[in-house]
Amino acid sequence: MSDAALTSPRIPLLPVDELEAPPLTLWQMAWRRFRRHKMAMFGSVLLILIILFSIVGALVYPESSANYTDTKKRLEAPSAEHIFGTDTIGRDILARMIYGAQISILIGITAMLVEITVGVTIGSLSGFYGGRLDSILMRFTEAVLVIPQIFLLLVMAKFFAGKIPDIQILGRTFSGSVIIIILIIGLTSWPYTARVVRAQFLSLKENEFILAARSIGTPRSQIIFQHILPNSIAPIVVAATLGVASAITLEAYISFLGMGVRPPTATWGNMLEGAYNYIGEAYWLWLFPGMFIALTVLGINFVGDGLRDALDPRSRSI
Amino acid sequence: MARYIVRRLLQAIPVLFIVSVVLFVLMQNIGDPLATMGGRSVTRSAERERLKRILGLDQPIHMQYLYWLAGNDWKTFDMDGDGVPETQGTRRGVLRGDFGVSMVNRGVPVWEVIWDRLPNTLLLMLTAEVVIITGSLLIGIFSALRQYSAWDNAITTITFILYSMPVFFFALLAMYIFAVNFKEWGLPYLPTVGMFDPKVGQTPMEVARHMVLPVATLSFVYFAAYSRYVRSSMLDVMSMDYVRTAKSKGLPRYQVIYIHALKNAALPIVTIIGLDLPFLLGGAIVTERIFGWPGMGRLFLDHVSRGDTAVVMGILMMIATAVIIFQIITDITYAWLDPRIRFD
Repeated sequence: MSDAALTSPRIPLLPVDELEAPPLTLWQMAWRRFRRHKMAMFGSVLLILIILFSIVGALVYPESSANYTDTKKRLEAPSAEHIFGTDTIGRDILARMIYGAQISILIGITAMLVEITVGVTIGSLSGFYGGRLDSILMRFTEAVLVIPQIFLLLVMAKFFAGKIPDIQILGRTFSGSVIIIILIIGLTSWPYTARVVRAQFLSLKENEFILAARSIGTPRSQIIFQHILPNSIAPIVVAATLGVASAITLEAYISFLGMGVRPPTATWGNMLEGAYNYIGEAYWLWLFPGMFIALTVLGINFVGDGLRDALDPRSRSI
Repeated sequence: MARYIVRRLLQAIPVLFIVSVVLFVLMQNIGDPLATMGGRSVTRSAERERLKRILGLDQPIHMQYLYWLAGNDWKTFDMDGDGVPETQGTRRGVLRGDFGVSMVNRGVPVWEVIWDRLPNTLLLMLTAEVVIITGSLLIGIFSALRQYSAWDNAITTITFILYSMPVFFFALLAMYIFAVNFKEWGLPYLPTVGMFDPKVGQTPMEVARHMVLPVATLSFVYFAAYSRYVRSSMLDVMSMDYVRTAKSKGLPRYQVIYIHALKNAALPIVTIIGLDLPFLLGGAIVTERIFGWPGMGRLFLDHVSRGDTAVVMGILMMIATAVIIFQIITDITYAWLDPRIRFD
């Protein structure tokens, strides 16, 4: 036995590919964890199916069929001709569901974008600068929070009602009230996001790497946008996901109460308006829109739950 | 402690001020209050001018706000349009407890309009709150003591599904099953509209029967949220050292759970309940609308759609004030229950 064999202990070497492999990025790690979250995958599939329904359906049913009224065929039960039945003025509910899906999802996503933009701006200004600006912005945030959101939405919907004419986009006519609904939902939903972002900024700005950035003279805007904001992306993504779900529900509530999106545009919410008058006679009036709203919200909530776990920086599992 | 309360109360003033200004501006455009007063005469422009003067709507908005806030009994107004201010103002302003009069109800004070509906709403909402708290404590504790078992997973899934269901969908489904279908099948069915059947009269039994569906509707969403909360709070506490000590001393299981663990686990739940309570005052707009319950939510809807600003402002300011007061009360209760917390 040679001396060399005695002195050098056997060092277990890692397999070559694991040594060479570059470290996983945040998103790669998140995706790995997300894939293992059964509920989240179920939610994603559900959402993809609903989006497919609204796209493929639109290819089968032209938009005119969603607004084609035939008063001779009022309140017909589901049949081969009208799979989901017809409503109080004889419109095909399946066609309206398809176009309603597009508008409801559009409202959900754009209202979320408004919410996140306002929330992140106010939260980061408040958390970064602190002091008087912080206390003014936080009093304002509290002011929005102390009024129940649905009350505020109804007052605002009434305030803006009938201000915007119908608009034409890509050869389709949309009720101007869609834009109002998007804006008012976005403008009443941001306080939660603002508080989350503010808390993130408050804790992150005390870190050494921010001190280092400051000491080499990094401009403030760069500190905010390149150093702090990317580090608080996880809670923002989760808030955004759940924001879509709550925007879809809120649209349904105000449309249900008759102050939401006006005809001719169909949404899942305004299809339900007045449906409770036909609770026994025509269950198909409320069952299908209600079920689709519930399934969409369920899917988004599952995805949000999965994202929360996947993006958790404290999580050690890969 | 006293200093903390005073500071919180002082902080509440700017919040309420912002709320009232924003709402007051929004109120200027929620509809033509004169149109809702009805009658042919209102369409004549001279008559409109006269009514506007009497109601004080001809004043600039900042003056209207000032009169709403502080009253106008210190000033004289020109009511008959001859250019000479001779009529003394009569309003005392919100700061002195006068919320003005309802236009829809022709001069009934706002307080009376609200007071008329508040008991109905509180009856419904407090019953729902009791059901919610009892139910979610039971579900949450049950779930926490069987973490990751089949029961726990089933409850988690069901609460998640309920949590995602919009209120009206649950309400319509419940109505369809328990009122429509049960009636068809000849089973005892539940009523769906109003507080009582006028033929029977407002007996406690009748009101209770009418409350079943609205209370169930109001409870189910909160069941989901609260029971998750109870579950995680219980799980946190059950893994604490002092609970292990209690177990190892040989204390009976129910004593460990309900006396040692639950007391501490209940702390965060108290916060949630305290913060949610004031929102009950507003009633549940959607639920009250579907079930035709004559509460605050429907009062709000009716008066918003008719542009009755005084009542709408009154309801919203009442809720906002209640929310702020309850936040402070919750903080104080929390500090009182948990001696580890100190406000300095």
